Amino acid sequence: MARESEEPGMAKASKVKRQRKKKPKENKTRTVHANLLYDNAKGEENPNRNYANNKIKTTKYTVLSFLPKNLFEQFHRFANVYFVFIALLNFVPVVNAFQPELALAPVVFILSVTAIKDLWEDYRRHRSDQEINHMDCLVYNRAERRYTERYWKEVRVGDFIRLRCNEILPADVLLLSSSDPDRLCHIETATLDGETNLKQRQVVRSFFDLDCDFDPLKYNGIIECEKPNNDLNRFRGYIIHRSGRRDALYKENLLLRGCTIRNTEEAVGIVIYAGHETKAMLNNNGPRYKRSKLERQMNVDVFWCVIILLVMCLFAAVGHGLWMFQYGDKRPVFDVLSPEGTDLSPIMSAIYLFLTMIIVFQVLIPISLFVSIEIVKICQVYFIHQDMDLYDEETDSHLQCRALNITEDLGQMQYIFSDKTGTLTENKMVFRRCTVAGVEYSHDANARRLAMYQEMDSEEEDCTSHGGTLPRRDSVTSHQSARVVLRSQSTKSHRRTGSRAEAKRASILSKHTAFSSPMEKDITPDPQLLDKVNECSSQMDFMRFHNQPMSQLPSDLADIIDFFIALTICNTVVVSSPNQPRQKVRMRFELKSPVKTIEDFIKRFTPSRLTSGSNSSSSSSLITNRSSNRGCSSLLSSPSAESTLTKLDEEQSPQGMEHSFGPVPPCYNGNAWNLEDGELRYEAESPDEAALVYAARAYKCSLVGRLPDQVTVELPHLGKLSFELLHTLCFDSTRKRMSVVVRHPLTDQITVYTKGADSAIMDLIRPPDTGSSKGKRQKKIVSRTQNYLNLYAADGLRTLCIAKKILSKEQYACWLQRHLQAETAIQGREELLFDSALRLETNLQLLGATGIEDRLQDGVPETIASLRKAGLQIWVLTGDKQETAVNIAYACKLLDPEEEILTLNADSQEACALLLEESLHYIQAKFLCSSTDQAAKAFHSNFAPFEIYPSSSPSSSSHTTPFTVLQLGLVIDGRTLAYALDKSLEDKFLAVARSCRSVLCCRSTPLQKSMVVKLVRNKLKVMTLAIGDGANDVSMIQVADVGVGISGQEGMQAVMASDFALPRFRYLQKLLLVHGHWCYSRLANMILYFFYKNAMFVALIFWYQFYCGFSGSAMIDQWYLIFFNLMFSAFPQLITGTLDKDVSAETLQQLPQLYVNGQNSEEYKPYMFWMNMIDAFYQSLVCFFIPYFAYADSDVDLFTWGTPITTLALLTILVHLGIETKTWTWMNWLSIAFSTALFFTVALCYNASCPTCYTPSNPYWTMQRLLQDPLFYLLCVITPVAALLPRYFYRACQGTLFPTPVQVGRQLDKLPTETRRNILSLRRVKAGSALSPKPPFLSLSKPSPKGCNKKDLRSFPSSETSQGPALQMDEQGQRSPLGPADSNKGPLDLYAIVPTEKDTLPYTKDTPKLPEEPRPPSTKDSECLGKTLEASDVSLSGWITSTPLLSQTGSVQLNLPPAGDSQCVKYTRNSDQRLKSDHSIHPAQRTEQGAEQSLHTTL
Amino acid sequence: VTSPRGAFISLFVNFLVELTALATTCRFRAAIMMASSYNAKDEDGHITVSGPGGGTLRSKKPENTAFKQQRLPAWQPILTAGTVLPAFFIIGLLFIPIGIGLFVTSNNIKEFEVDYTGIDMSSPCFNCSQNFSWNSTRPCTCTIPFYLDQPYESNVYVYYGLSNFYQNHRRYVKSRDDSQLNGDVNSLMSPSKECEPYAFHENKPIAPCGAIANSMFNDTLELFYNDPNGTRIPIPLNTTGIAWWTDKHVKFGNPGGNPNLTAAFQGTTKPLNWRRPVYELDADPGNNGFINEDFIVWMRTAALPTFRKLYRIINKKSSMVPTLPRGNYTLEVVYNYPVRSFEGRKRVILSTISWMGGKNPFLGIAYITVGSVCFFLGVVLLIVHHKCGNRNNSADISN
Repeated sequence: MARESEEPGMAKASKVKRQRKKKPKENKTRTVHANLLYDNAKGEENPNRNYANNKIKTTKYTVLSFLPKNLFEQFHRFANVYFVFIALLNFVPVVNAFQPELALAPVVFILSVTAIKDLWEDYRRHRSDQEINHMDCLVYNRAERRYTERYWKEVRVGDFIRLRCNEILPADVLLLSSSDPDRLCHIETATLDGETNLKQRQVVRSFFDLDCDFDPLKYNGIIECEKPNNDLNRFRGYIIHRSGRRDALYKENLLLRGCTIRNTEEAVGIVIYAGHETKAMLNNNGPRYKRSKLERQMNVDVFWCVIILLVMCLFAAVGHGLWMFQYGDKRPVFDVLSPEGTDLSPIMSAIYLFLTMIIVFQVLIPISLFVSIEIVKICQVYFIHQDMDLYDEETDSHLQCRALNITEDLGQMQYIFSDKTGTLTENKMVFRRCTVAGVEYSHDANARRLAMYQEMDSEEEDCTSHGGTLPRRDSVTSHQSARVVLRSQSTKSHRRTGSRAEAKRASILSKHTAFSSPMEKDITPDPQLLDKVNECSSQMDFMRFHNQPMSQLPSDLADIIDFFIALTICNTVVVSSPNQPRQKVRMRFELKSPVKTIEDFIKRFTPSRLTSGSNSSSSSSLITNRSSNRGCSSLLSSPSAESTLTKLDEEQSPQGMEHSFGPVPPCYNGNAWNLEDGELRYEAESPDEAALVYAARAYKCSLVGRLPDQVTVELPHLGKLSFELLHTLCFDSTRKRMSVVVRHPLTDQITVYTKGADSAIMDLIRPPDTGSSKGKRQKKIVSRTQNYLNLYAADGLRTLCIAKKILSKEQYACWLQRHLQAETAIQGREELLFDSALRLETNLQLLGATGIEDRLQDGVPETIASLRKAGLQIWVLTGDKQETAVNIAYACKLLDPEEEILTLNADSQEACALLLEESLHYIQAKFLCSSTDQAAKAFHSNFAPFEIYPSSSPSSSSHTTPFTVLQLGLVIDGRTLAYALDKSLEDKFLAVARSCRSVLCCRSTPLQKSMVVKLVRNKLKVMTLAIGDGANDVSMIQVADVGVGISGQEGMQAVMASDFALPRFRYLQKLLLVHGHWCYSRLANMILYFFYKNAMFVALIFWYQFYCGFSGSAMIDQWYLIFFNLMFSAFPQLITGTLDKDVSAETLQQLPQLYVNGQNSEEYKPYMFWMNMIDAFYQSLVCFFIPYFAYADSDVDLFTWGTPITTLALLTILVHLGIETKTWTWMNWLSIAFSTALFFTVALCYNASCPTCYTPSNPYWTMQRLLQDPLFYLLCVITPVAALLPRYFYRACQGTLFPTPVQVGRQLDKLPTETRRNILSLRRVKAGSALSPKPPFLSLSKPSPKGCNKKDLRSFPSSETSQGPALQMDEQGQRSPLGPADSNKGPLDLYAIVPTEKDTLPYTKDTPKLPEEPRPPSTKDSECLGKTLEASDVSLSGWITSTPLLSQTGSVQLNLPPAGDSQCVKYTRNSDQRLKSDHSIHPAQRTEQGAEQSLHTTL
Repeated sequence: VTSPRGAFISLFVNFLVELTALATTCRFRAAIMMASSYNAKDEDGHITVSGPGGGTLRSKKPENTAFKQQRLPAWQPILTAGTVLPAFFIIGLLFIPIGIGLFVTSNNIKEFEVDYTGIDMSSPCFNCSQNFSWNSTRPCTCTIPFYLDQPYESNVYVYYGLSNFYQNHRRYVKSRDDSQLNGDVNSLMSPSKECEPYAFHENKPIAPCGAIANSMFNDTLELFYNDPNGTRIPIPLNTTGIAWWTDKHVKFGNPGGNPNLTAAFQGTTKPLNWRRPVYELDADPGNNGFINEDFIVWMRTAALPTFRKLYRIINKKSSMVPTLPRGNYTLEVVYNYPVRSFEGRKRVILSTISWMGGKNPFLGIAYITVGSVCFFLGVVLLIVHHKCGNRNNSADISN
């Protein structure tokens, strides 16, 4: 409603900021001192006095400022200014048309409605502010020397506050002390970003060593930090101690307002930013306002209305001038002099009249349109919110409309850009298989387990659909392990019973720990691998026992153990205990601080002879004891010294080794722990991490504790091992990997474990030196792993590579030095850290790879299929590797096995250009070929009439020819995409991409995603929708016309940026196809109706000008004139605009083709505005001239004549709405009856109220007399009939002769459900050819006799054979007399018989399937292709990529041979290539392929 | 179950409440965010404030009501040739008889019109029309003979008609003071601004003020029946009952309730173009001053530039004799009203009336035309339906 209302809030915040900037000295940082040093928090000497306090005020107004400020804001809207201008014009006596006070009424009404709404909203904000401001927190009081309760609003920058567990932070606080032994503080940021996992925050380093309670009085530092900004993930600064020491501050030290303290009994901090300057408040920027396409179109027509208005006024003015002129000097008696008694010249009169007419005709610019549209949109949003089908019981969430005013855009989408992970897939990562040291472990049992989940899922759905009684599933699953059954029931039960409470409970449970559904947790280990792990660890145990060096371990076993260690520790997973999910497991075995200074390093790692291993055992046990019952008692004066000692102890590695886990009592270590083992919870930031940790746990290699400086792992036989965590190089999307640097407790080597995308890791593998046997083995491992990776990807698994690297101390020291520099840098710290990470992650040794399965969400293939049928082009932009993406694309039916795939992989700009050029040629050739048989193809593809998109882009786009969307898929990888998005190539890229049915961009970065969206949106001038769930989709979501966020497992960043937030991808179908369609058609019709209504009403007065000497007189009483829009005709259109359904929801979903209606803007085309205008003028002519002639030359007076005209116009307008209304509910009837009744009631009351008040019309008793006049009733009958006759007739003819698909859909709605279901489900009716059997479509569907459609002829029988049953049913349906259905034999023959592919492609395959069906190499087909390609001068030869693809019939690989080769592009027809599996897996087949190639080249 | 009305109200209220809640939560979710999060606070929380978000325990599951799920029972008409056919025929069959009835009724009305503007040289009023001025002291009279070729049986209404007189001109229409006409003493002495420049004359308020009153029609018409014997029998013209009852008794009123109108209008002056002050319009005190019916009729401004206004009524005397028998009549006009400046015409109309007013064949013709068109379109649709309707399978299925 109030577009502007939120922005000023922001503006204010920034204003505050600006003020702040000016007042103190103009530096870039903020200096915070402790308030305790100063007497008075507000005192002059306090350097913090200028910072905002913690009182928040989100209200815009005060009691005094409300009126002026609100009015001022409302006048920002042009329409309001316009109407106020007109109202004020009325106060000028020469031009006034109405009683000036009355003319103000509508404007005042509109303004006051908005003002009241604003006031109310502001009041709510005020109340919520009050509540927040008056919450308590503990602030240190200097006078009382203790923490006292204060209101939030009294907290000031520089105050020390004490926070207790589960408290909410009142401001941004720098953490100075924590009761946590590790000096940590956990916060939950759910209110900020929706992420429910705990985040660790650390005490500022200089306070780290403080052992006792923090005493604010002793604090003497000065904090220098950044100015307030809204970046949640950034905080830089340093603290200057009195000693002059500086310590850097990181975002890890800052607790943000709005977060909740968890797992920490007490924490103390100093307020850095307060109130509006907190990061949370600066991020709080309210909902977004976008202008929808329909509104843009509407604004154009509003502009036309202005033109029409001006033309009409000009016409009237000229007319008036001429009318005056004809009398010359003889002034007639009725031409009244101006009030001053002066005579006006015709020209002056005309000028005055022009202004008067603007007032009289003001209704033409619909003042209420804007208000009505907003009301209707809010109602639409309400209904979308209320839709049960968009409610996800599992998470108890439903669709959120975050942008209130673009609902109708949902009905006009043309391109969908989707993320893959988490959007199409569930983002439930399940460990599927792995390869270690070149050996594959297929985890068959695990695959079976997963299959069972799938089975149970589907069974579940059966059960729920059959009324949700207790299923017989128990028996089905009884043969499975009891544990699995139990677990699956515990999570699934709520679905079965559908009870609210249970769903709630389940959702709470799942919220507590993300990524921990039983499916993700239970992993059945591969027996072979399990054996090896056991063997390995027992060997290691043995070796440890015998003090043998670990390097003697067989390298494959060492790799296995390293692999699992890497899985376990190379992550950021936090372990929490089961009973209290928020209580971190605090098992501390040793106290070590991470390496933070170079001195520290030197102390730790230089082989010092200070101690010999004599006291090691006792000392470390002491320390452990101390830390486990940590109190204020500091045993040792300096913890750092203590830790140095510990470190030094460990230097004697083999001897001291057993002590590293010695302190833990064996019994505790063993059984007791194992009991709990299954119940440890892992809180991971990403699902992959969780999956890997759970996988490792299945091999008894479980993560049992994580501290900032230490990771504890429990291994079979070996027990608990504590790895000293030296560094964690976090994951980022550029590096695509993360690393941890640890000190291995067994070997005491500094080891780097790296985990990352295979492309990232494989490049960093140390090139094996081929000389040694070890090198050979390495080489073998690498190549084998690569093969398996390809295989995994082909299976649609997400692949991760695990690698390690052992650093010598010197190397480490060298790296560390620069790393520490980077860490402490204030400027450009991120870049330096990035570089530092790059330096470390080189020359890795490959350990293995994992394949993680990410299951498709329910209903994704169906949703994609129906969205595509709806004419939407779906592009998937994913960061995954190409093979994975392609296979997921097949699984979700984005790519069709029937269609050809165009793969673009280039490694240079020129190559990319060439590729694009060639594929363009190819497409054109194909287009030429297919244009002839397009109809036949369309006949099969179920897509015919919508295939040719009217190029909505104006000639600005270079491609003016309408593009046919071919049966072609485009796959492009990130690198090529980067080239293709270059300015010089983007047009070509678009030309290629737009003619493909689906586009898949792999390995794309967030920035590329948004660039693609922007490119398509701007160049093709189409409506784009971006859907995604993660932070990497945010930019894309923001760029698209409509951004949709999936409120999935990856936090809320996407949702925060989105316009609509969905719980699941499949809801997109109903959102777009049903709600989008409805919203669009409702609003489009309403807007058109509005224009019609106003034009019709105003035209009445315009015609009258011809009979009143163009004097600006109106026969319609000014009251009616002004309130007509506001009252009498307002309600029915609102009801219709909110509730009208042109086609039922079921039909819309079953016939996605109807969506094209909105895409092509068929409800509201520019010509429709003019048609409506013409109709309006015709109707107003009828409404004017029937009463005119009926009362011609009679004694009727002005308003006794005008009132019937008003009535007639109202009736006509209402009946017109009736014709346009498709669904008549009782509310429609009521609203129309109400409008009519309201008019008569108001008229009667008004006409009876006061005999002298309403000058000049003075309509006393007019209506009463009219109601006694039979003539009035006769007019009321004939005029609407005559006025609406053409429209009614046109609608009827249109409905019969050339019904639009939508009308056909409506007709389907009318059928009995049984018949309809038959028609829809059996025949998969196509709206185009089947439902509108008019000649053009018929001719389209005529199979062409030309020879180019071989492919389709070929594909038809194949689908027939595979779809035998469906076809049979089809025939049955046709034969069986379905009630009245048999009368439509003829047209039914036109129904395309389209394979209803019920069976999705097998998604989890255990072995790569070789495509079974040997398709006869249709020579004619390739001939045809060859011909066309020859025509475009392309040389054909076979060149095969290593991409294994599923059984697609035709695929074109466009690849450039590696650099240096000839600059020609080669096409490969995969259809002719019988062996589709990767050549490198089966090297024997290579020769065959080679033969194939040579055969091919001869072609 | 409550009454349907109650149900509707509660539904509506509920809807509004949820709507507003929705609007605010959407817009201020972020602002409220922090407050509402306290609801989820743990048991040991010191703060028990519950935010406006409220009720976190309530499931967000939408209610499954027909209204909220947009499944209200509805009538879904589909406009095709087949479905609208009956409507067209029904309209056609209904309208044509009505039209014929109206046409016949209108034709039965007798109407006679005399133009006495005096444009032609031959016209008896030519002289009068030539030398006219509003303020000429000597009235000009002209006599117009006419012949009624059929007797007028019922009451006859005498109208004067003016053409090209734009009584509906915007500034003209406004130029009056209703409260003055209503008898308000204050307005009498200080007419409203709207009356300017006809509000004051020589510092005296004009009563009645304004351009409408100023330009009041002031011809006097008298009707004589020329007996075949040669005698001129004046026909009695009824001066009352020509204005709306409400106008005369509610809207218009003489000031002060003083029966002596001269005193009541003391201190005012007559409109410039008038010959006599307002309190001398009629001898009958019940028809004098502002409540003079001729004046009231004039003040009701006509809708169109060609109009007629009721002047007198000739009441039927007895059922035996026609009100106006066939024969020769004479119209005597005291020609005061100038129309030449605007090319106007003046007419006298004698008319009987029916239940639907004066003679106007238009409505009958309109009904017949629309009815015929409907019927014709119905036939067209019938053809369309037969030719093309069958091809439309779905429509057929629906039938």
